[in-house]
Amino acid sequence: MSATGIGAAVRRKEDHRFITGKGHYTDDINRPGQAYAYFVRSPRAHATIKSIDVKAASRMPGVVAIFTGADIAAAKINGHVCGWTVTGSDGKPMKAAPGPALANGKVCYVGDEVAVVIADSYAQAKDAAEKVVVDYGVLPAVIDPKTAAKPGAPQIHEIAPNNTVFNWNLGDKAATDAAFKSAAHITKIDIINNRVIPAAVEPRAAVGEYDPGTDSYALHTTSQNPHAARLVLSAFSGVAPENRLRVVAPDVGGGFGSKIFIYAEETVCLWAAKKIGRAVKWTAERSESFLVDAHGRDHVTHAELALDANGKITAMRVQTIANLGAYPSTFWSCVPTYLYALLLSGQYNIPNIYCGVDAVYTNTAPVDAVRGAGRPEATFVVERLVELAARETGRDPVQFRRANFITSFPHQTPVLLCYDAGDYGASLDKALALADYKGFAKRKRESARNGKLRGIGFSTYIEACGLAPSQAVGSLGAGVGLFESAEVRVNPVGTVEVLAGSHAHGQGHETTFAQVVSDRLGIPIENVSVVHGDTDKVQFGMGTYGSRSGAVGISAVVKALDKVVAKAKKVAAYLLEAAEGDIEFKDGKFSVAGTDKSIDWVSVALNAYVAHKFPGSQLEPGLKEGAFYDPTNFTFPAGCHICEVEVDPETGNTEIVAWTAVDDFGTVINPMIVEGQVHGGIAHGVGQALCERAVYNNDGQLVTGSLMDYCMPRADILPPLKVDTTVTKSPSNPLGIKGCGEAGAIASPAAVINAITDAIGTEAIAMPATPAAVWAALQKSGRSLPHAA
Amino acid sequence: MATVSLTVNGKPVTADVDTRTLLVQLLRENLRLTGTHVGCDTSQCGACVVLVNGKAVKSCTVLAVQLEGAEVLSIEGLAPADGPLHPMQEAFRENHGLQCGYCTPGMILTAVDMVHRKGHELDDRTIREELEGNICRCTGYHNIVKAIAAGARAMRGSGETAKAAK
Repeated sequence: MSATGIGAAVRRKEDHRFITGKGHYTDDINRPGQAYAYFVRSPRAHATIKSIDVKAASRMPGVVAIFTGADIAAAKINGHVCGWTVTGSDGKPMKAAPGPALANGKVCYVGDEVAVVIADSYAQAKDAAEKVVVDYGVLPAVIDPKTAAKPGAPQIHEIAPNNTVFNWNLGDKAATDAAFKSAAHITKIDIINNRVIPAAVEPRAAVGEYDPGTDSYALHTTSQNPHAARLVLSAFSGVAPENRLRVVAPDVGGGFGSKIFIYAEETVCLWAAKKIGRAVKWTAERSESFLVDAHGRDHVTHAELALDANGKITAMRVQTIANLGAYPSTFWSCVPTYLYALLLSGQYNIPNIYCGVDAVYTNTAPVDAVRGAGRPEATFVVERLVELAARETGRDPVQFRRANFITSFPHQTPVLLCYDAGDYGASLDKALALADYKGFAKRKRESARNGKLRGIGFSTYIEACGLAPSQAVGSLGAGVGLFESAEVRVNPVGTVEVLAGSHAHGQGHETTFAQVVSDRLGIPIENVSVVHGDTDKVQFGMGTYGSRSGAVGISAVVKALDKVVAKAKKVAAYLLEAAEGDIEFKDGKFSVAGTDKSIDWVSVALNAYVAHKFPGSQLEPGLKEGAFYDPTNFTFPAGCHICEVEVDPETGNTEIVAWTAVDDFGTVINPMIVEGQVHGGIAHGVGQALCERAVYNNDGQLVTGSLMDYCMPRADILPPLKVDTTVTKSPSNPLGIKGCGEAGAIASPAAVINAITDAIGTEAIAMPATPAAVWAALQKSGRSLPHAA
Repeated sequence: MATVSLTVNGKPVTADVDTRTLLVQLLRENLRLTGTHVGCDTSQCGACVVLVNGKAVKSCTVLAVQLEGAEVLSIEGLAPADGPLHPMQEAFRENHGLQCGYCTPGMILTAVDMVHRKGHELDDRTIREELEGNICRCTGYHNIVKAIAAGARAMRGSGETAKAAK
């Protein structure tokens, strides 16, 4: 391993602009003569729009134009498109409600876009927006999905009776029920997976432009996937023809899923730029972000686990109601189905699993992928069930898990996924040692002497990412393929550009992708540039989410590199006057096998572009190759997280005193970056477990509408983290990468709640386990004093 | 409208502004210094932190017109244009204390102010408590804390802290 190759903790190339304030985020971008957009949003959760009066607003200083749903409908601009059609248990496609980019005739949640005011300055647009008068016919709102699905509930969309998007199921119900009938023990749990708000620190923004001279459009947008945005805006929203639309996602300040989706705002800005003949810029206020960036999670689940007399799990059944909010969103339907139920086997050998999911519309913000997207929900169900089962049957939670681990691969689960490789015992063992599990009892006694309740919680999780094999997801209802693309361009002087379909919004691709190129070609890392985020530069890509840019994005780069090396060998063969089959390439040098004849990379590159030493009719000049890589399987990162807490019984406050994470991510390109992803994921999941919750009141008002009311994890929520890895390479991509971006958020909530319930001796705790919630649980259980271990 | 004269990154600036203009808007829009970021509208996130007369201030929570005669240092002014980076900037890079970079200018300036007030030997707990006003969604804070501890030590001997204490 070289100092800059695969496996090295190379310091990031992209950091220089970020630490000096020279990044180019979307709000940093300004165009001469640009106008500013401010959206008028519904203050009602459910209402008809009786009229919109823009007269007074239009007369305000600086106002250029005001557009409403009528204008958008006349232009046939769509919004709210979901790219995954889930088929329900009735064999029919899900009920995806149509929705224009600006509400026309009806609003369905607080924040729903009703009109847009465009003015010479942001302040003028905002001032004028306050003068737009909308007459709403208020309708009863329904916030809770259980209520929404009952007959008689207010109907949100005509297309969806009982507000049901779909009823869906997976698994063999008869076999599962039979296994439960003969179970020696059944563990039951009711779980709420709390609704969360993604809250990337950079609010969403867009700059839309139109050039009448070339009849072409450009959009700068905070996106995790500019090519997908381009595809949706052209083919589905109908704003601009794809071949005359450039989409650029420059530096993006975090996504966590929320910036995958194509929203109304960038759609309208792009469309409006042509209408008014000026660039149109919009930046969300944080309160807007809270209202309209897709929320996450929001499941209510009843789950059961069946055991035989020896503590072996024989079956699991799960019934979930998933709140999908007011409108379709880009991933939306696959999150509580194919990204959820397929992970219910966890790390365990479970012969029978059945899962039913009812997805329901409510008058709340649309719900879509947030870091982990379905897999945190699944892991929480599995790891809480397993923990409870162990506790109820008096078994050690570690031994109980280990006895049920899958130990032979490939392993076909009853929920579609076939795990290809793994070693769950290895990560568990390493984590137990790192966490000094043996010393826990002593630490617990010490805590008790100090008046604190100490607990330890495990989460032996698995997830499926590296999204995704295109045919597989296509058969499950995806409307797009989930391959990735890369082009490797070698310049005449031997430097290299990688044009990647992946996007980076914190993941460090300018460094990691360059490491792979430097490693595979044996050239200095300074000579490698990574280009991404611009549809004019990179032909196509599916973007970054679902922990895919290692497993899928880098695999596309590797495939292109292999093609480049193959061609370079042909050139070298001419230069070295040898047969192509005798050319070897190692450490940046081409040599003839068995001789000391060799030529370096730079000379080969130059010759490829000068083309004097070979006939152009036999071998094309140039050295540039592209590749599309379609994964053959999901990848399966897995591992063990151990959370140790001290609960103060007088205040209910939980302090996380130790965190150990041992993850198997297969091959790791840059361990420093991978650790950083794990740290971030853990904090994100701990936030969900301890303090985050999106709350609507009965009228559908978002009560947690700012950072004052929505508690984000801050630096003092965690201690220093112990992070390590085990390695079983993924068999399904060239470098054996599994991916790491979401694992921390997937594993952590269960570890936290398992630890707290262990500490306080009662299971009646729901996320977020705030001090008030923990204190109340303690009071109710009567266990307010620490008991001797 | 009002006129305000102040010094930004060592250079005198005079601007005519709508009296509603926040310092962060003056920096980003009037002066095109876009390194200072807006992340929220309730003064929680800290992405907008700059130094005003040597002290960390959330530039989203002060009006430009309040700063007549003030000295403002934004991230762009922390290191000279052609010179070496500030030790705190280097520490963030060396310790992978950033991912998307959006909270980073505010984090770095908060950290510099922290050292001025609390000295060069900052322990884990102190740093985490002092970061109450800065939110990061990417890093989980682990490496930010490491970076700040390292940057604090590296700032020793630069004379900066003594100057700031005056």
